[in-house]
Amino acid sequence: MSHTLNRPDFDVIAGWIEPGHKVLDLGCGDGSLLKHLIDSRGVLGWGVEIEDANILAAIKNGINVIQGNLERGLDEFADQAFDHVVLSRTLQTVRHTEGILREMLRVGREAVVSFPNFAYWKNLRSVLDGRMPVSEDLPYQWYDSPNVRFFTLLDFEALCRQMGLVIRERSVLDEQGNPVDNADERELNFLGSLAVYRLTRNR
Amino acid sequence: MSGQSVGAVHSQRAHFDQPLQLRSGGVLPAYDLVYETYGTLNAAKSNAILICHALSGHHHVAGHYADAPENIGWWDNIIGPGRPLDTDRYFIVGVNNLGGCHGSTGPSTLNPATGKPWGADFPIVAVIDWVHAQARLADLLGIDSWAAIMGGSLGGMQALRWSITYPERVRNSIVIAAAPKLSAQNIAFNDVARQAILTDPEFHGGNYYEHNTRPTRGLRLARMLGHITYLSDDQMGEKFGRELRNGSFAFDFDVEFEVESYLRYQGDKFAGYFDANTYLLMTKALDYFDPSREDDGDLVKTMARSKANFLIASFTTDWRFTPARSKEIVAALLANGRNVSYAEIDLNFGHDSFLMEDAHYHGVIDAYLRNIKL
Repeated sequence: MSHTLNRPDFDVIAGWIEPGHKVLDLGCGDGSLLKHLIDSRGVLGWGVEIEDANILAAIKNGINVIQGNLERGLDEFADQAFDHVVLSRTLQTVRHTEGILREMLRVGREAVVSFPNFAYWKNLRSVLDGRMPVSEDLPYQWYDSPNVRFFTLLDFEALCRQMGLVIRERSVLDEQGNPVDNADERELNFLGSLAVYRLTRNR
Repeated sequence: MSGQSVGAVHSQRAHFDQPLQLRSGGVLPAYDLVYETYGTLNAAKSNAILICHALSGHHHVAGHYADAPENIGWWDNIIGPGRPLDTDRYFIVGVNNLGGCHGSTGPSTLNPATGKPWGADFPIVAVIDWVHAQARLADLLGIDSWAAIMGGSLGGMQALRWSITYPERVRNSIVIAAAPKLSAQNIAFNDVARQAILTDPEFHGGNYYEHNTRPTRGLRLARMLGHITYLSDDQMGEKFGRELRNGSFAFDFDVEFEVESYLRYQGDKFAGYFDANTYLLMTKALDYFDPSREDDGDLVKTMARSKANFLIASFTTDWRFTPARSKEIVAALLANGRNVSYAEIDLNFGHDSFLMEDAHYHGVIDAYLRNIKL
């Protein structure tokens, strides 16, 4: 299976987004996901980034990018201004987890969230072996990791329930980016390296 | 410095006979605009970029004059072959605004009706008046639509105003270190500057030209005050600290601290060439600027009229027009679904940062311009 720029979650996200939709990508990096969505799905895209180098790279890519700090909220964005607000592999780097999820669903009709699953069996084995996990989806050493929140699929779903957020779709991927299909929630939590969720405020 | 300067340039003059209706209700029956151009207008006339100047700027934006090599344009560091505003790609236009004191019709030029300098009779001009005048210059140059209009501070406000007033004629608007309107504090600083000029005994109600004098003391104070607000506290601290010129306190009112020496020098230099009436007009244009006034203060509604793509940039240490003020523009554009990018650039030179050469800052402008359609 070929994946876009080795980011299999991009393909999942692209599948959930309709042509012409307005998409906000939080922590958009160099704008690769937005560029992919614009090229493949014809969306209208904007990104938010904090790093100077990424601002420059996104502008080079011809992507609309707004420099800002996700921890401080999304004040410059109006309520329900977007069809989708994407947080791709970034939630684990944000300290104000509930705040950002709430902000995403304030400015967008739907939130799309992907994150590395800390309960993935290789991660668990690594910890059992006495070392913090380093993998395709968790590519950092513990001392240089931008990640500040460590959680699993089941943790995330419990938080969504607690916040009254509705999970409309879920896609769980293994380390190679292939979908993991398993009816057993606990096994899914064990087999998935990366999870992608589609959330709304109400059903 | 990367790239090259455009080298020797010359200014041109255009005369306009069609009366210009002004925001204030007045009319300018005829006027001149002086301008400079760099690079070559392509056959499709689609590669033109207008540079709008700030309070003390003018049409000499880049290069130098053959007979005055030391007179380098005020934004030379960003314009030229291989620079972000690459004259091998773009046709760049700089213009001295109405009311200015660098050749365009203004208080110090002759009023044809009286044969004397306009002085106090020169009408108050607003940003929208400049934009209308610039549009006529564009007509003259055969430019239907600018590839981009760019400016810093008051120049950024012109770039913003263009996108609202002539949405079909500007494809990209680059608004740097600006604000959608001045704050009370901004207006207060401007008024102190104006009071310094207006209360100078040499002001003579604005008609000082006929008295063969100039209100240089007032203008000097105005500039000194303005200069403080263009710099950052940190930068002044680094540059001057509490350094004394003579090493110890003199216990008198002469220049003692280096910062005093610097400010007085800047004030004197400025008062030596700038016209006080122009300074008054420019500060009023700043104070009046508020395009959202046409929409009862609703900037979102105002920006709905724009069609351009936008690059908005601010500087972290700019306390005259803070990043929050630029973000107001960004928010209004986002609410309208406009293409907009926003960079908050970490530079230590306060409001004046927009004139500085910095790899990231210039990189952002360069990257943005490289993606625009010509």
